[in-house]
Amino acid sequence: MSTNLWKFPTDVEPSKKATRESYGAALAELGESYDFVVLDADLAAATKTGVFKKKYPDRFFDCGIAEGNMMAVAAGIAATGKNVFASSFAMFAAGRAFEQVRNAIGYPHLNVKIGATHAGITVGEDGATHQCLEDIALMRTIPGMTVLCPADATEAFACVKAALEHYGPVYMRFGRFAVPDYSAYLQDYRFEIGRGVVYREGSDATIVATGYMVHLAIEAAKILEGEGISAAVVDLHTIKPIDRELLVRMAEQTGAIVTAEEHNVIGGLGAAVCETLAETCPVPVLRVGTEDTFGRSGKVPPLLELYGLTAGHIAEQVRRAIAMKK
Amino acid sequence: MNKLRERELRRIANRVRVGIIEGVYAAGCGHPGGSLSIADIMTYLYFEKMRVDPENPGMPDRDRFVLSKGHTAPCLYSVLAERGFFPREELKTLRRIDSRLQGHPDMKGVPGVDMSTGSLGLGISAACGMALSGKIDGKDYRVYAMLGDGESEEGQVWEAAMFAAHYKLDHLCAILDWNGLQIDGPVVEVMNPTPLDEKFRAFGWHVIPIDAHDFSAIEAAFAEAEATKGQPTLILAKSIKGKGVSYMENECEWHGKAPGEELYHKAIADLAAIAEAIEKEV
Repeated sequence: MSTNLWKFPTDVEPSKKATRESYGAALAELGESYDFVVLDADLAAATKTGVFKKKYPDRFFDCGIAEGNMMAVAAGIAATGKNVFASSFAMFAAGRAFEQVRNAIGYPHLNVKIGATHAGITVGEDGATHQCLEDIALMRTIPGMTVLCPADATEAFACVKAALEHYGPVYMRFGRFAVPDYSAYLQDYRFEIGRGVVYREGSDATIVATGYMVHLAIEAAKILEGEGISAAVVDLHTIKPIDRELLVRMAEQTGAIVTAEEHNVIGGLGAAVCETLAETCPVPVLRVGTEDTFGRSGKVPPLLELYGLTAGHIAEQVRRAIAMKK
Repeated sequence: MNKLRERELRRIANRVRVGIIEGVYAAGCGHPGGSLSIADIMTYLYFEKMRVDPENPGMPDRDRFVLSKGHTAPCLYSVLAERGFFPREELKTLRRIDSRLQGHPDMKGVPGVDMSTGSLGLGISAACGMALSGKIDGKDYRVYAMLGDGESEEGQVWEAAMFAAHYKLDHLCAILDWNGLQIDGPVVEVMNPTPLDEKFRAFGWHVIPIDAHDFSAIEAAFAEAEATKGQPTLILAKSIKGKGVSYMENECEWHGKAPGEELYHKAIADLAAIAEAIEKEV
C-alpha cells in the first residue's frame, strides 16, 4: 500500500514548471555520476536536452530531423552496452518512429530511454499535427516497454533517474506547459516504477490521473470535498506496468473510478485502467481525455476547456460515476 | 590472395550455401536467393576479416556484423554455424516453432547475432549506433552492415548514410548486395535507386564497386575500407542472386520460396558439383 499522503499546505501556491524542464535538468545532473549519451533530432532547445548538451557536448549527438534513424541508432548504441537517451516530440518519437521503436528497441529489449516531450493538447498553438494524443496507446502495446508519464517537475526529475537505473526500454512522456509542482510538497516522496502515488485517500470515488491531469484531479477533489464527496486521488505515473494492486484496492475501497489523461480515451490510461479492473474488480469507470478527436491550435487554457480537460469536468464525471454505483 | 586460402574460402562458402539450402528446404519457406548471393562475402567476413570468437560471442571488443537485409538470415545462420557458433545440425530447425533460428535474426536468442533485424532500413542505423558507441569509447572494433539493393529504396537508409558521414564513422563498412532483383521484379524497374555509387559518394561515403564472388576483390575491398579514414565505406557488391544453384540464379521467383524435394536434390547436386570442381583444381 502506498503511504504517500497529501500534505500540501493550502496557504502556499505551488511553483509551476513544465516536466520537460526536469528532463533536461535531470540529464544534466545525472550526467555527473552516470555514463550515458543523449540523442536528439533537432529539438534540443525544446526538449531541453540542450541543457545536457551545453554541459556535456561530447556525449550529445544531434541526429538531425530523422527520428526513425535516431531510434535505431539508439538501439545500436544500447547493443554495445552503453546507456542512451533518445529525445524528440512525442508525435515523432512514438508516432513517426513507432516501427523503429518496436522492432529495433522493443523486440530485442534494448536498454534505450526515450524522452518524449510536447505530448498532449498542451502543445497549444502548433495544433493537431504536433499534439500527440496516441503515444501512450502506441507505446504500451510494445511488449516489455515501460511507459512513464510524470505529473510535475519533481516527479519528472525522479522519473528520469528511475528510468536510467531500470534495465530495459522506457518511454517517458513529458509536457511543454508549466504545471504546479505538487510532488515537491509530498512528504517522503519516492518514485518507484509501477507504483502509483496516492495523493489523498477517499471513500466515494477515486480519480486516477496521469501527467498534466494530476493537478486538475487534485483541484477536482477539492471541489467535490466542498459538496461532501470524498474522492481519492491517485497519480498513476506508470502506465505500464500498471499498478494493479493499487487499482484493485481503490476500486474495492471507493466503488467508482474516474480516469484523467491528456490523451485519447481510446488506448490510453483510461483504457488500461478499464482493462485491469474488468479482469479483477469491475466497478464503473468513466474516462476523461480527448474523445477520439484531433486537437487544434489555440492557447492552452481554452484548449483544455474545449476538450473537457478541466477540474470541473473531472468533478462532473465523479458525480456521474458515483451515481452509477449499485 | 594466397591461392590455397582462396580455394579454402570457396570450399567454405560452398558449404555455407549447402547450409542455406538445407535450412530453407527444411523450413519449407524462407529466402534462398539473396542468401546465396551474399555467401562469399559473409564467408570472407567471418573466416578472414572479423575479430570474433565463437567461444565468447559477446566479447565486448569484437567486430560487429548487422544483417540489415534480415530476410537473408539463412546465410547468417549458416556462416555462424560453419564458424562454430552453434551446431550445424541446428540449421534444419530454421523457422520452426521450437527453434531459436527465427525467420529474421533475433539477437536475444542466437549466439553471434549482433542485432535483431528484418524490417528493412533499421539495421544500417543500428550499425551506425554501434560504430558511434565504439568511437565515443575509443574502441578499435569495426562494424559491418549488409544492405540489400531493394532495401536502398527505404528512406531510412539515406538518413543513416547522412548520419554515418556526418559523424565520420570510418570504422563502419556497409556492403550493398546488388543482385538486381527484388520481390516484385528487377530493382531498376520496381523503383530505380541508381546510381547508387554516385548517391553514396554524394552522401560522403567512400565507395568501392566489386564483384561479390571474387575473393581477391573482396579482400582488397575490405582492406581499402579499413584504410579509409574520415568517412564510412560502402562496398557496392555486384552479385548473382541465387548464386551456386543453377535454376535459382538471376531468377526473381527464388527471392522468397523454398525448393520442393526434387529441386532440393537438384540444388544439392549443383553445389556438390561445385565442391567437386574445387577439389579437382590443380
